[in-house]
Amino acid sequence: MESKEVKLLGFWVSPFSRRVEWALKVKGVGYEYIEEDIFNKSNLLLELNPVHKKVPVLVHDGKVIAESFILLEYVDETWKHHPLLPQDPHQRALARFWAKFCEEKVFETAWNALCSKGEEKQKALEQCKEAMEKMEEEVFKGKQILGSDGRSNLGYLDIAVGWISHWLPVFEEVGSMQILDPLQFPATAAWIDRFLNHPLIKDNLPPREKMLVYFHQRSQELSSTAQGWIKV
Amino acid sequence: MEGKESEVVLIGTWASAFCKRVELALKLKGIPYEFVEEDLENKSELLLRNNPVHRKVPVLLHKGKAIPESLVILEYIDEYWTKAPRLLPDDPYQRAKIRFWANYHDEKIAQAITPIIFSEGKEREKVIEDFQQLLKVFEEGIERDFQGKSPFLHGGNLGFLDLVVGTYACNYQAFHDSIAVVFETEKNPQFFSWLMALKDHPRIKETLPPSDKLATKYKELFLPPYSKRIATIRERYLQSPKA
Repeated sequence: MESKEVKLLGFWVSPFSRRVEWALKVKGVGYEYIEEDIFNKSNLLLELNPVHKKVPVLVHDGKVIAESFILLEYVDETWKHHPLLPQDPHQRALARFWAKFCEEKVFETAWNALCSKGEEKQKALEQCKEAMEKMEEEVFKGKQILGSDGRSNLGYLDIAVGWISHWLPVFEEVGSMQILDPLQFPATAAWIDRFLNHPLIKDNLPPREKMLVYFHQRSQELSSTAQGWIKV
Repeated sequence: MEGKESEVVLIGTWASAFCKRVELALKLKGIPYEFVEEDLENKSELLLRNNPVHRKVPVLLHKGKAIPESLVILEYIDEYWTKAPRLLPDDPYQRAKIRFWANYHDEKIAQAITPIIFSEGKEREKVIEDFQQLLKVFEEGIERDFQGKSPFLHGGNLGFLDLVVGTYACNYQAFHDSIAVVFETEKNPQFFSWLMALKDHPRIKETLPPSDKLATKYKELFLPPYSKRIATIRERYLQSPKA
C-alpha cells in the first residue's frame, strides 16, 4: 500500500488522532502523518474540516473524513483484513455503545476534573470513578478486550478506550487525583499492562514527560478561565 | 410481558423522536415488533434492567439482548436484518459521511433545542439564532459532501439520514405551536425543503405522532410546573458553562 495514498492530520498529544494511527497500524496501512498545531490551525485543516476544525482528519485517495470513531469504522470497512469490530451485530453494538460511553462519561469527566478545582473537581472525579466501575465490569472483564479468551489482537474497543492506559495516568498526576486504583479496578489494570506492552502500541505513544508538561500548562490555562470544559 | 415470546421489543415513548426513528427502521424492514410504552416519570423495572447505564429510551430487546442508543440501534437493525431496504449504503466513504452528519444532527442540532426551551426573551432570541446557524452549517455541509446527490430521499427511498432528521425535525409544527418558532424557511431554505419532502413521505407521515397531540405534550413537559425529571434536566442545563 503506497504511503502517500493515506494522509492523517493529527496532533502529537491528541488521544483522538492517536487512536486512528493505532487502527492504521493494525491494518498495516502506510500513511503520511501531518502534525497540526491545534493552537495555530493551518489552512489545510480549516479547509479539510471546516465544520469542527479539529484533528484527526484522514485523507484517503482524495476522500476526506473526520471524527475519530467514524474514522475507526471507515478504516475497518475499507481495509477488511485484521478486522477491528467483531462480526456479530450485537457485539458490534456493544462495542459502539461502550466506546461512546467511555468518551462521554470517563474522558469528559476526567478532563473536567483535571481542569477544575474544589467542589466541581470532586464532583467530576466521582462521576469519573462511577463510570470506571461500569467500564471495569462491562468492558475490561468483557469478551472484546485484549487478553480476553486469549485474544492477542487489538480490536475496536481496545483502540477506542486505549487512551485510558497512557493519558489517564497523566491526568491523574497533573491533577493530583486518583482514579485508576488497581485494587478497585484489577481487570482495567491488567488490560492497561497488556495494552501498553502490545508491539503496535509500545512505540506509538506520546512521550510521558512531554505530556506532563503539556497537560500541566493546559489545565492551568483552562482552570483559570470560566470555560473549563473543552476537549484537548 | 409474561409468557409473551415477541422476538423484537422496543421500549420507548410515543413522543420521542429517537424512539420513532427506530420504529420507522423496523417498519421499513418489515420486522414485526412489540412496542412497550414507557412512563419516563416513573421508569419501569423493564427499562432499568435493560438500560441500567443510561436509563433512557429507546431500548431494543432482541433475542434476550438489550441494545440502547438510537444510532447504535439503527446500525444494529441494518446489520442484523441485511435485507432491503438498506439504511446505510455499502460504500465506506458514503457511510462515513452519513454517520458524520447523523452525529452532527444529534450532538449539535438536537442538543441546541434545550437552551431554546429553557430560555426566554433576548437570550432565547440569541439561542434560536445559534440554532439556525447550526442548521446552516448542516445545509452547507450536506451540499459540499454530497455534491448535488442529496442523501435525503435518495432514489425516493428513506435512508439513515432521513430517519435521523425526519423523525426529529418533522415535528417542527408541534414545537412552533408550543415553545418557539425555530425552523424558518427564509433562514434555512434548504433544510426546510428537506423537511417538507420528508413530511410528505407516507412512511414518515404514518409514523409521526399527530402534531396537536405532540404540541400538548411539549407544553406539558417544557412549560412550568416541571416534572422532577425535566426540572433535573433544566438544572443541569442552567448550571453548565455556556459557550
